[in-house]
Amino acid sequence: MELIANIGLGFATALTPVNLLYCLAGVFLGTLIGVLPGLGPTATIAMLLPVTFTLPPVSALIMLAGIYYGSQYGGSTTSILVNVPGEAASVVTTLDGYQMALQGRAGVALTTAAVGSFFAGTVATLLIALFASPMAAIALKFGPAEFFSLIVLGLLAAIVLSRGSLLHAIGMVVLGLLLGLVGADVNTGAQRFTFGVPQLADGIGFVVVAMGMFGIAEIIRNLEQEDNCAAMVSKITGLMPTREDWKRMVAPILRGTAIGSALGILPGSGSILGAFAAYAIEKKVSKHGKEFGTGAIEGVAAPESANNAGAQTSFIPMLTLGIPSNPVMALMIGAMIIQGIQPGPSVITEQPALFWGIVVSMWIGNLFLIILNLPLIGIWVRMVCVPYHYLFPAILVFCGVGVFSLNNTEFDIYLMALFGLLGYVFVKLDCEPAPMLLAFILGPLMEEYMRRALLLSRGDPMIFLERPISATLLALGMLAIVAASLPMFYKKREEAFRE
Amino acid sequence: MSQLIRNVKDFWTGVIYIAFGFVAIIISRDYGMGTAVKMGPAYFPTILSVLLILIGVISLVRSFIKQGSPVGAFAFKGLILITISIILFGFIVRGAGLIIALPVLVIVSSYASSRFRWQYSLLLAAGLTVFCILIFQKALGVPLPILGSWFGQ
Repeated sequence: MELIANIGLGFATALTPVNLLYCLAGVFLGTLIGVLPGLGPTATIAMLLPVTFTLPPVSALIMLAGIYYGSQYGGSTTSILVNVPGEAASVVTTLDGYQMALQGRAGVALTTAAVGSFFAGTVATLLIALFASPMAAIALKFGPAEFFSLIVLGLLAAIVLSRGSLLHAIGMVVLGLLLGLVGADVNTGAQRFTFGVPQLADGIGFVVVAMGMFGIAEIIRNLEQEDNCAAMVSKITGLMPTREDWKRMVAPILRGTAIGSALGILPGSGSILGAFAAYAIEKKVSKHGKEFGTGAIEGVAAPESANNAGAQTSFIPMLTLGIPSNPVMALMIGAMIIQGIQPGPSVITEQPALFWGIVVSMWIGNLFLIILNLPLIGIWVRMVCVPYHYLFPAILVFCGVGVFSLNNTEFDIYLMALFGLLGYVFVKLDCEPAPMLLAFILGPLMEEYMRRALLLSRGDPMIFLERPISATLLALGMLAIVAASLPMFYKKREEAFRE
Repeated sequence: MSQLIRNVKDFWTGVIYIAFGFVAIIISRDYGMGTAVKMGPAYFPTILSVLLILIGVISLVRSFIKQGSPVGAFAFKGLILITISIILFGFIVRGAGLIIALPVLVIVSSYASSRFRWQYSLLLAAGLTVFCILIFQKALGVPLPILGSWFGQ
């Protein structure tokens, strides 16, 4: 069996002491920063990216993946303990998780989240192993027109799934694409939008944009109203669920994993959609549906499994197509490029050790999560209440030093400050930064594929509609946008995000 | 004026998008447009700019028609102090080195908090500076100036 041989290769790569250590370090750091107030996965990864640049590619990516699901788990922890979701995907966990905590069952909720996440992670890892090769094989047949349409679909999906005004989100995507074009034009070598600044010749660094829009802007926003850790952290007593609890969590975990895995593969989604959908569906099908919102264990098990499954399966389009489906994956792509790996369908065949090493390390990372997080819960609880006025200068220090170390130029520091300001203004105007970051990374790719496609068709734009796969992808994207702007769905979307 | 605009967020978003779009179009005029078959460097940016202006205009028009929520107060103190602290850090990091630039960054920025206390801020600055130098310089081997060129390093 090829699959077994591949997974064997993966274990051989991931189980080297060095890579195990980086996986552990990633999961630990991710959780540590994830439980801190006001830091989601995107900001966490942007902040820690410079740390990984000195590592060899495999170790760097293993560590980054660890940081990602670590920070996600950290977000769930704060959702349960203090009713503060660290990131969008764990918003639904607050509904029942915090209620459980109020009833003195915080420990059980945390264990449920951990067990659900581990199971979901295991299944999702298997799915990646199973589907990656066929997906990449299909992708190798993709021409420039298909890739262009795929990018368009991804961006449209990101628009639909963003909070706030649809129109503003479309604008953010276009603006992101435009900003992505700053620097030398690949085909002609012409300097675009560089204002004669030599540091802009290679374009704006994606870490600079991510740190500015997600790190700095978030700090300024949080300074609007500084909360004490007013929500009291509930005491954690028993971690062990009762026999009844175990029985009740099995089905929701299974359903959550299935929903999360399926939705995670979709472009533009990642883990958020899965978590929302799993909660909504569980509420309908569960025998205990009426208890939802009052501390039902199913209301923790389903979305937590779904968001972890989604987080993992969102690696599939990133690894096999080279197209990121959410801002976190966009940062991963950026990290790969900096490491000298060109993301795309050829990664599996050309660098099998890297690819399978990452896949297997995801499962190991999930194992670390469960054996690390439950015993260390005492530490995480204390981190939840770190006062913000100690925390934000530390974030600034990390962003400042990190961004300076990238290219050793002060210019990046100023640019980060500028993006911080811009990001804050956009947040105030209900313009979400996430679709912009995605578009920013995809801008140059999109232009390149469009050029090649139109070169092949001798300038006829119908090529995007004449090729069946390309046309299907575009149609799906249009469908999503039209559906989201219909009054009926529009209301639903608003409701979903308000919950 | 303020009575005319029903949705301030839409209004300013529109203004920003239109401004970005126009600047991009004007700059792009210096690059070759090319044709669809052989695209010049200005082709794609021009399409995007036109699209951005269009979205901006729709947002602007909508701001006079559809009621929206107010923008809410800006955190000016935080905004200004955080920005200044980062720019200051960039200004002195090479000359003075991390050992001075990091404490400046920490102290200026933490002044943005309503819970600012000198003694804690100084302690935090010292701790973070040592921590950063240990992590980046010693553990990761990133070449960063601990003491900068102003000190003859």
